[in-house]
Amino acid sequence: MSPKDLEDRLVLAIKRAETQLPDDVVSALEKAHEIEEGSAKVQIEAILLNIKVSRETGAPMCQDTGIQTFFIEAGADFPYLGKLENIITDAVKRASSEVPLRPNTVNPFTGKNPGNNVGRYVPYITWDIVKGEECTIHLMPKGGGSENMCALNMMSPGRGIKGLKRIVVDHIVSCEGKPCPPTVVGVGVGGGADLSLKLGKRSLLRDVGIRHPEPHIAELEEELLELINESGVGPMGVGGKTTALDVHIEYAHRHPASFPIGIAVQCWADRRATVKITKDGRVEVI
Amino acid sequence: MATVKLNTPFDKKDIQNLKVGDTVYITGKMFTARDECHLKMLELHKEGKDIPFKPGDMALFHCGPVVQKKDGEWRIVSAGPTTSIRMEIFEDEFLKTFETRMIIGKGGMADRTLAALEEVGAVYVHYTGGAGALAAKAIKKVTDVYWLDELGVPEAAWILDVEEFGPLTVTMDAHGNSLYVDLRKEIEKNLEKIHAKIENS
Repeated sequence: MSPKDLEDRLVLAIKRAETQLPDDVVSALEKAHEIEEGSAKVQIEAILLNIKVSRETGAPMCQDTGIQTFFIEAGADFPYLGKLENIITDAVKRASSEVPLRPNTVNPFTGKNPGNNVGRYVPYITWDIVKGEECTIHLMPKGGGSENMCALNMMSPGRGIKGLKRIVVDHIVSCEGKPCPPTVVGVGVGGGADLSLKLGKRSLLRDVGIRHPEPHIAELEEELLELINESGVGPMGVGGKTTALDVHIEYAHRHPASFPIGIAVQCWADRRATVKITKDGRVEVI
Repeated sequence: MATVKLNTPFDKKDIQNLKVGDTVYITGKMFTARDECHLKMLELHKEGKDIPFKPGDMALFHCGPVVQKKDGEWRIVSAGPTTSIRMEIFEDEFLKTFETRMIIGKGGMADRTLAALEEVGAVYVHYTGGAGALAAKAIKKVTDVYWLDELGVPEAAWILDVEEFGPLTVTMDAHGNSLYVDLRKEIEKNLEKIHAKIENS
């Protein structure tokens, strides 16, 4: 594998994420289609048709092609560790014209948009250094509408798990149709303010329908999903049974005085792709 | 809940016949306008200058598309709706000024727009958020684009020929009815039950 090969595969991964929704999300939407009626059903129908058109025509499923967000598990002995950031940045620039992507990076002070989806701290990369020579790159194009609905609550620890439930449900319900429901909700608990939000977002990498390995957390995920869907907000906020497709929780130990709850919201277009570079240099796009 | 196919320019009566919950497909012309384009058009009107197209004869689409220029022609790649509530601060003035009879967006709008819809004889229709590829398929041609250099791709006014663009759901009609107002009451009730469940958990 050469750096150029990896760049090519990353461009392919971005194209795939933007045009082919993962199967777990599609099947969750298909289930929603079965149980919805009236205007809610019309919304899900349009989403499913849109997914099909996007897959067939290669046009991005949503005009908001997002901020390209990467989570990397890199082996400490991965040979391109030092070059990876530049390779990713070049891939994003190329994808901007080749997919194409909407120019989505704006300097907050000058208003200038370089037009190629890169900029200060963007693409945004989270690094985990692990043992070995392999490297796994998870990609999540994150749209603005759902990102605007992310929230942090530094709950008083005395409110306990009941407080956590209420904060998550009330927040998602208050979002109404704005994050393009049915959403996938990532809840990061503990750590500090920043870590809770990061854990929430990272939990979105998990497939829809896959539960947390700890049974009591898995149970809480299911309970929150049920409560959110009892609200009646529904697909696109037009009323219905499916406000969220899933709730994922990740946690870290907390300070005794803090109970941070970081809520990351992902729209129905829960776009993801993974690039894996194996020990023998093979590059796979999953 | 009826399914209705309409052509632009819209007949005021056809628009007034639409009810909350109806599904609409439209054929004809639409223009995109987000925050900046609304401001631009209102400013030109105040200065007594002409708008280079007829907003009253088209549907208004809250949208910032992905576009591509191929062989000298603009092509819409992906074009779902943007969040409409941002335009609430001037949409009533816009409707009264230009007499646009249909707003296409997502998430709904509030009281001022609802009142203006009734006054003008217009509706707000919801298009599925994120359904950008589906929308692009129904857009047959970009006939013009205005203020592209000044406002940039997402904010410019893109004039589009569309064929059976939809499904669009009427969520605010021309008689003061809003799905959002009714739904909010229902959600409030549901929330009370949910809170009780949490307390007892």
